[in-house]
Amino acid sequence: MEHVDGNAIAGPLAEFFAFDVTTATGRCTGCGSIAELARAMVYRSGAGTVVRCATCDTVLATFVESGDRAWIGLSGMSAIEVRRAPSTG
Amino acid sequence: MSDATTSQVMALGAAVESVPRSGWHAATVGAVHRETPNASRLELDVEGWPGNAAGQHLDVRLTAPDGYSATRSYSIASSGASTRVVLAVDKLPDGEVSPYLVDDVRAGDMLEVHGPLGAFFVWAPAAETGDDRPVQLIAGGSGVVPLFAMAQAHADADDPTPFRLLYSVRTPDDVYFSEELRGLSDASAPLRLDLVYTRRTPDGWPTPAGRITREALEAAVIPAADRPRVYVCGSTGFVERVADWLVGFGHDPRSVRTERYGGM
Repeated sequence: MEHVDGNAIAGPLAEFFAFDVTTATGRCTGCGSIAELARAMVYRSGAGTVVRCATCDTVLATFVESGDRAWIGLSGMSAIEVRRAPSTG
Repeated sequence: MSDATTSQVMALGAAVESVPRSGWHAATVGAVHRETPNASRLELDVEGWPGNAAGQHLDVRLTAPDGYSATRSYSIASSGASTRVVLAVDKLPDGEVSPYLVDDVRAGDMLEVHGPLGAFFVWAPAAETGDDRPVQLIAGGSGVVPLFAMAQAHADADDPTPFRLLYSVRTPDDVYFSEELRGLSDASAPLRLDLVYTRRTPDGWPTPAGRITREALEAAVIPAADRPRVYVCGSTGFVERVADWLVGFGHDPRSVRTERYGGM
């Protein structure tokens, strides 16, 4: 099974975040590069999903779905930036 | 919650993610027909569907009587507020979901769908985004589905942004949306369509069948100097080859958006 990219995990990640997290940008702890999650490389298998930095291959995140539980680890991201709605005062 | 508050919250949500909120929905197959020898077009009537942006996808979940379930992602060929959602599904020989959707599903069947999903690989008219740079779409095989949605949305909005689609496909029989694409070329907001045949060409085609080369790609896309926004969708190998070449031609990597659907 060849890898896909972060677009493919919009559905599973909707269990963890109340907005579309694939447009959020994350900073890789390995190389410091900053990119939208949609640009990350994604390796899926029956055991779970591994999200890797497209620049240096560091593991950014892992998640596992099993029955009534879902688990996510964000070991390779030192910061996440989310675009907010402009303040309406 | 009062109506006023609800609409304020919805407006806030729209500003944050600029696409409708996703959720699980019951879908009824409204119509199904052959798109190509290896693919079917499915029109789904999705209860409570909030509409979707051009380029988004949804997840389809099939559940067997013993509880085993399989979920796969499919790009949406339609966009806008309609609760009728169009998919075009390619049959993967060892797939768990696509053979059912391509060969077995009938009008009236029910499916579970999760969506609309993904706010990265989307296009909206310049009137909404303020971005009027030209747009280059590059499709490999069934990767044309979300790009067709963008081209159709462009025509529907009568958007003045120059639009060009480079579509790499095995044979003339494998072209998805062939009638619609011809129609879009004649629309008032026209689409420039370039086809590349990898296995068999139509009679009299000027170039022999084969994978697109670096030189042919450079000749068939909007030049980097025009600062186009580029959307590339197809198999992982196709997308990575094309995206690397584009960056080599001088395209800004931040203006190249990619969606990989895996092997094949």
